[in-house]
Amino acid sequence: MTFDYAPAPESRSVISLRQTYDLFVDGEFTPARSGEYLTSLNPADEQELARVAVAGEADVDRAIAAARRAQETVWGRMSGAERGKYLFRLARIIQERSRELAVLETLDNGKPIKETRDVDVPLVAAHFFYYAGWADKLAHAGFGPNPRPLGVAAQVIPWNFPLLMLAWKVAPALATGNTVVLKPAETTPLTALVFAEICQEADLPPGVVNILTGAGETGRALVEHSGADKVAFTGSTEVGRRIARAVAGTDKRLTLELGGKGANIVYDDAALDQAVEGVVSGIFFNQGHVCCAGSRLLLQESIAEEFLPRLKARIEKLRLGDPLDKNTDIGAINSAAQLERVRELTATADEEGVERWSAACELPETGYWFAPTVLTGVSQAHRVAREEIFGPVLSVLTFRTPEEAVAKANNTPYGLSAGVWTEKGSRMLWTAERLRAGVVWSNTFNKFDPTSPFGGYKESGYGREGGRHGLEAYLG
Amino acid sequence: MAERRENKKSKGTSEKGAKTKAGTAPDRLRVLKTYKLYMGGAFPRSESGRSYPVTAADGTHLANASLASRKDARDAVAMARKAFGGWSGRTAYNRGQILYRIAEVMEGRRAQFVDQLVAAQGTDRAEAGRIVSAAVDRWVYYAGWTDKFAQVIGGANPVAGPYYNHSAPEPTGVVVVLAPRHAPLLGLTSVLAPVIATGNVAVVVASESVPLPAIDLSEVLATSDVPGGVVNVLTGKVGELGPHLAAHADVNALDLTGAGDLAVEFEESAATTLTRVSRPGPEAEGGEEAWLDTDPGTSRMTPFLETKTVWHPVGM
Repeated sequence: MTFDYAPAPESRSVISLRQTYDLFVDGEFTPARSGEYLTSLNPADEQELARVAVAGEADVDRAIAAARRAQETVWGRMSGAERGKYLFRLARIIQERSRELAVLETLDNGKPIKETRDVDVPLVAAHFFYYAGWADKLAHAGFGPNPRPLGVAAQVIPWNFPLLMLAWKVAPALATGNTVVLKPAETTPLTALVFAEICQEADLPPGVVNILTGAGETGRALVEHSGADKVAFTGSTEVGRRIARAVAGTDKRLTLELGGKGANIVYDDAALDQAVEGVVSGIFFNQGHVCCAGSRLLLQESIAEEFLPRLKARIEKLRLGDPLDKNTDIGAINSAAQLERVRELTATADEEGVERWSAACELPETGYWFAPTVLTGVSQAHRVAREEIFGPVLSVLTFRTPEEAVAKANNTPYGLSAGVWTEKGSRMLWTAERLRAGVVWSNTFNKFDPTSPFGGYKESGYGREGGRHGLEAYLG
Repeated sequence: MAERRENKKSKGTSEKGAKTKAGTAPDRLRVLKTYKLYMGGAFPRSESGRSYPVTAADGTHLANASLASRKDARDAVAMARKAFGGWSGRTAYNRGQILYRIAEVMEGRRAQFVDQLVAAQGTDRAEAGRIVSAAVDRWVYYAGWTDKFAQVIGGANPVAGPYYNHSAPEPTGVVVVLAPRHAPLLGLTSVLAPVIATGNVAVVVASESVPLPAIDLSEVLATSDVPGGVVNVLTGKVGELGPHLAAHADVNALDLTGAGDLAVEFEESAATTLTRVSRPGPEAEGGEEAWLDTDPGTSRMTPFLETKTVWHPVGM
């Protein structure tokens, strides 16, 4: 006898979407000079959610000027204690409006409500709360007795954790006395615009936070603007390189949080059930749209035969479907373009003779979907072992010795995250010490906290976000 | 040797630099030093066989320095990479001992360094003495940092959950140091010591016009238990070696102090592989006196450090 899950959708009634959203500049919503709009879709059903203004160079000029004015006349002069109180206030309003933000994020992004409700939005509030407390304690942060703000920060964020990435950028910038012009991703602008409303609700002085929506051109105009003192970018390594090149020769400070190809190493003495859970959440959390995803499973050869069937059995149990359903584990791929990229890269595995297995789950007829997929018989030369897929696709490689595991884990231009599964403490520490990655999760994976610095080695970018370390990027 | 130019004056060949008069010979012929590169713990000539004349401030010929080639630069990066695991794997205490040893050996060769600065830059002896003292003391300063920066920069993170969480700094890897152009000893020491104190390995491009103190310093390094390959010193042209090193995919970081007008070009090249870049600071174009700050803190170490954060669940 089998028990089926009844649908358990979260109510959409907590949100009230406007038909169009304008740019948030100097405390007010104003149309883009060009009058151009783009459409944000719900990737789960391809329905239009809202139209959003596309900022051009004139709008970037205006926003930077507003941010500069606010920094010089209000925000930079305010005592740290008062600045901190604004941030505490933002954190509280985010908590109060958390359900609304969670539902909106799920609609705009396609990720399960379980994640936006329990992970994204609580972390957003926590991040503001954490940095609020730093605002009047910066002299104790270890960056000199009188650390100064840089000025105006130009920030560009991705679509995989839209509001959380906003928090990672905005909270430390404001706490340190900088003002910001932030561009959310083209496909997920809506929670940033609600955040703009929250700034109004908190009576944040005009110009301290400015939100410019648009696509790649808007982002380029923003990061290349001569009025920005600081550029912070999270996104692809390709765009990161272009930004680093554009910033060369200027006085701008730069932090980049880019791609990854995280290795999840499972030793033969690991607690296998826990390791299976960790490997599953490591790659299928947020449909694998995670720069620090554990997208390469490195399995000790002696347990591969036992581990893989258990892993597949667990993946079969994942529920893919309506992101608003509280029982959904796997939501929609964020956009048609991303789905195409996941399909294309995964297809190279077929061409290269890699064995492909996907969970037997029914994909909805509309929207962008990709079944959880495991690739076995992968070697280090295969494209799926080298390139970031940014989707629910796990590549499995094997190793014999710890040295081999470390060598394979490090054999990538990236260095953002890694995982280690073993019951032996000394082996865990030995491995963690040798992994060239900014975050090492041992016997766990994909954990985040505002106090914990996050960022990569090598081509995964530079600078850290979160914790005391996250202040450095915004202080001179 | 197309790079060679005619020198205004000839090589000093006798004691105290006195010139040989026609038809006479000195009481004792001075033994001159052949200045070579320092790579992988050895002192090879440039594989290209090239050299270039080094002159004193007044134009007197001092010596011929090796004119390193792009191939030398590649080899130096490979040697540095090979040394990285061992050096970064040393205990912090051991690295501190070795840096202190550098100071000890350098102290014993004070006169050599003073002579070199006097000859190369026309510095007066007392001033040269102060610069050499400051350079020796700089090694002592960083010897003391090796086992402290991790505590100052890293630490425990109080995450909201049952996890042990801890961040620690780690060396980024191979650091290319374009040494200050007008501060050949104290300036060089000030940029090099923090790089190796933190467990990084270095490929140094010495001051093009004043390269000899860097080779003298290499002789100190070679006799101070610094493992071969941890510091590699190239003499030659920043304009020739720099573009290649800045774009090199196996270089993790770039100190552009001595890049001069090429700093922007090098930073652009470095972007291709997201190489970390430390831009020239206010002291970059100064002489030795610009580097006298005795307590630069962590500012020259943090650009070459990565932060690694490790999580582990807490439970029974």
